[in-house]
Amino acid sequence: MTAAMIAARPGNMAGTDATEADAGRTAVSIDETGNELPATASASKVADGVKEKAEKSLSLPAEPLAGRIGEWARALLGIVLPPLAGLALLIGIWHLATFGGGGIPGPGQTWDAAVALFSDPFYVDGPNDQGIGWNVLASLERVGIGFGIAALVGIPAGFLLGRFALLSQMLNPIISLLRPVSPLAWLPIGLLVFQRADPAATWTIFICSIWPMILNTAQGVTRVPQDYLNVARVLNLSEWKVFTRILFPAVLPYMLTGIRLSIGTAWLVIVAAEMLTGGVGIGFWVWDEWNNLKVEHIIIAIFVIGIVGLILEQMLMLVARRFSYENR
Amino acid sequence: MTKKIVQIENVGQSFDTKKGRFVALRDIDLDIHEGESIALIGHSGCGKSTLLNLIAGLTRPSSGVMLCGGREIAGPGPERAVVFQNHSLLPWLTCFDNVYLAVERVFAAKEGKASLKQRTHEALELVGLAHAETKFPHEISGGMKQRVGIARALSMQPRILLMDEPFGALDALTRANLQDELMKILAATKATMVMVTHDVDEAVLLSDRVVMLTNGPAATIGEILEVGIERPRDRLALAHDAQFGECRAAIMEFLYHKQLKRAA
Repeated sequence: MTAAMIAARPGNMAGTDATEADAGRTAVSIDETGNELPATASASKVADGVKEKAEKSLSLPAEPLAGRIGEWARALLGIVLPPLAGLALLIGIWHLATFGGGGIPGPGQTWDAAVALFSDPFYVDGPNDQGIGWNVLASLERVGIGFGIAALVGIPAGFLLGRFALLSQMLNPIISLLRPVSPLAWLPIGLLVFQRADPAATWTIFICSIWPMILNTAQGVTRVPQDYLNVARVLNLSEWKVFTRILFPAVLPYMLTGIRLSIGTAWLVIVAAEMLTGGVGIGFWVWDEWNNLKVEHIIIAIFVIGIVGLILEQMLMLVARRFSYENR
Repeated sequence: MTKKIVQIENVGQSFDTKKGRFVALRDIDLDIHEGESIALIGHSGCGKSTLLNLIAGLTRPSSGVMLCGGREIAGPGPERAVVFQNHSLLPWLTCFDNVYLAVERVFAAKEGKASLKQRTHEALELVGLAHAETKFPHEISGGMKQRVGIARALSMQPRILLMDEPFGALDALTRANLQDELMKILAATKATMVMVTHDVDEAVLLSDRVVMLTNGPAATIGEILEVGIERPRDRLALAHDAQFGECRAAIMEFLYHKQLKRAA
């Protein structure tokens, strides 16, 4: 055990060097922007602290626990520091660009507005004036319903298309034709059919999220390895067993890719759809704040939309990793 | 004379390709007897696996008659179990569940769950993998995967075991190990086996008859060699055995002299 630890030492030292270099780089970027934001400054202080800790742990090889903590902190720092530096750079440029005034609010102004906004995210003051929390939830609900129906229709359709060549030959040209159409082009059809704005927006989400699920599921079905199907034939499995034990698990990773693409598109489209349909929702909220000329709220909305999209994506990545057998 | 399990009469197999009709096999006549081990050997592309797939029922012959137990082979069946070259275990099922899938299919109609589990357990024990039941295929070595494949095939209690280059992808030591175990299993279960191989030593060591196929296209049976070596066979003793050497030489003569591939 000790031999392994000693053997691991040189690599650790190299890791320390890299961390120090990272910390230095962050300090430089702070100097460049000429604006010591509290968050970044404390980050660099943390970096110094960790550096000290790391050096201490190196000088005390008799303490494996401290060494392990230092190692762990260094690894964490390696992951966290570069994105933080990037964010600092972005905020710095933003600050410089808005320094001379103009219509776009600076980082500080936006921060103040955000603090005020998020202090009460769930107020209701009439149908057209609700907290940002309600708006995000309303959008998520539309995406959830539209996407859910699309999954219920699209995934079985994908299985059928993948299993029966004739069906896929019949429908593939139609799908190819409809897929590149902007989902918003379907909005008037939805308005006409449903006569109300809300289902029309859901309908738009449905249309835009169904294609990736059909296509990816179908592709997954056609790519089930022949070996597995031969196993099914040799074992003479029933159709139900073939589906549950072979087809479904083999297609699942493709299906999840389709779902991920769908959710991503749906979240992109909902903002635009809500701008057109109105009501409660983050897209409409952006439009509303534009009419009120509260530009800092628009910038906050951009961040909120981005963060929610990121969370959705990461959640599905997590699910996909859980069910991926290919890398095993 | 022992009972014939599989009868192949005048069987031919051809495929329609873009370039026209491709004849893979022609005029195959072969009877496989109960308890017999047969090796199919020939240069790659000669149609060994095609013949095995025909016996398995995965493909149907273009001409001729194929019988198993006196009945025509119309498709795959549990009495003809196949061990694939690349093990073909389902990666999302544990070793136990991979075998259980086969056991369930064959015996679920007559037996309870406990008995099915017992059968699965026994099959894995037979190939020495009782300790790895809960492991997934990606967690075990290539040799172990192939063992699970063999356990899956044996668990169905087939009348005949069909093996398509089962040890082709393994290293020499693992292969020798599994060959020895397969011999033990065959002796214990008195199973009938047909194995596709391109390894001359493997063919002589494991089989009672070596069926040599001529080069494709339109391959057919060139010679059949009776391996008269007594069982149980010992790999080390056979290394200096004159009879083993003769069998080996006869197959080599066929493969590298009579059927030498023109610069492929």
